[in-house]
Amino acid sequence: MTREAYHKALKSLEDEVLLMGEMVTNAIRNSVEALQKRDINTSREIVKNDLLINKKRFDIEEKCISLIATQQPMAVDLRELTSILSIITDLERMGDHAEGIAKINILMGNEPLVKPLIDIPRMTEIGLSMLDKCLKAFINRDTETARRICNEDDQVDALHDQIYRELLVLMMENPRIIHMATYLTWVSHNLERIADRVTNIAERIVFMVTGKMEEINVSKY
Amino acid sequence: MENKKIKVPEPIVNIIDLALYYGKMKALKGINLDVSRKKITSFIGPSGCGKSTLIRCLNRLNDLIESVTIEGSIRIDGKDIYDPAIDVTELRRRVGMVFQKPNPFPKTIYENVIYGPRIVGIGKKGVLDEICEKALKKAALWEEVKDRLHTNALDLSGGQQQRICIARAIAMEPEIILLDEPCSALDPIATAKIEDMLVELKRDYTVIIVTHNMQQAARISDFTGFFMLGELVEFNVTTEIFTNPREKQTEDYITGRFG
Repeated sequence: MTREAYHKALKSLEDEVLLMGEMVTNAIRNSVEALQKRDINTSREIVKNDLLINKKRFDIEEKCISLIATQQPMAVDLRELTSILSIITDLERMGDHAEGIAKINILMGNEPLVKPLIDIPRMTEIGLSMLDKCLKAFINRDTETARRICNEDDQVDALHDQIYRELLVLMMENPRIIHMATYLTWVSHNLERIADRVTNIAERIVFMVTGKMEEINVSKY
Repeated sequence: MENKKIKVPEPIVNIIDLALYYGKMKALKGINLDVSRKKITSFIGPSGCGKSTLIRCLNRLNDLIESVTIEGSIRIDGKDIYDPAIDVTELRRRVGMVFQKPNPFPKTIYENVIYGPRIVGIGKKGVLDEICEKALKKAALWEEVKDRLHTNALDLSGGQQQRICIARAIAMEPEIILLDEPCSALDPIATAKIEDMLVELKRDYTVIIVTHNMQQAARISDFTGFFMLGELVEFNVTTEIFTNPREKQTEDYITGRFG
């Protein structure tokens, strides 16, 4: 293979995307766990660490721009680099959603939750499993998995519906809990958006491999 | 010009206020730059900008042109190479050169590679064999020619001939390798092979390359100098030159707005 140094640089960029994916995964998981445990210190930590995710995104972006400027990437390589630019934007926004959940936990302070959290952790698990499969599909150039992931978003949308309805009923029964219940709808909304962003990434993977831009599954929200 | 000079890690070559005249025509106008050891430094710029003239100063090839006068100095490892006490033959051993068109001698591959070592008096076949193999390996040519070392080098393809010339330079164990448009006569695949090889070579050598092909400079070099009308317009880390040049002239040239 010729142009070894260039292909090595591309490969190491992929590793960095995976690393960023891991940072975002941890932020999401920890933000929901902290909410369950009402652990405000961890939430503060997540808010602080979001800066690291943002920095990682800029680092990767800069490397992409350098490679485009210096290596004249063509065809699949060019698609990969432009896809990475888009993927890291989605990952960075997912980090912001995790930060959003952490901030909600901080806002809720010491007040008790209006209900035990059951569907929110479930949404989190589905979202994170989608993200995990998505990052693997990125590395393996696996369009089949990427397409499947987009359909899994329906489950997350359905859970969001369910949570929203449930909280609405609780609020109607007891208007004094409206502010606390609203916080939880925000959490659910953040998780719903996270899953949507995973489908964006999955669509990018399909584009990267096939060269065709398609909207595979339009989210209900 | 001095303010445009950037600090490079481990400079091996210092070019200081260098001016060069062909007769009365000033072809280089006060060049100041340092070349980093074991890195690839490329010089780009439109035809007639002085880039080839400059690298030809580095092993005093311009001495061969009568009308040339030089001011300023060039130091390699701290020593002024224009000092009258310098042995020019020894300088050219330390600073090898590869030209635009592959110019192997009409001899066998083997004889081409060991030409330099043989001239300086190495006669033992075992030693020469070893030098030949090592140089061809470094020039990424060994696998392609090891079974026909004793065939005529002129029978090879253009890209292979150019790598023979590089092997011939390497056989003298230089510290610095100068390349003047080494790929301009080659197809893209042969060019990619040479570029890969140059990136490998910088483990052991300092590489200075003049190229018309600015994408080539972008791809392989660590530092890039942009020249115009005998002046060094800008010298910087390659990624900076190609993503965020400081000078408008550089930007205009690399974005194709020049002229």
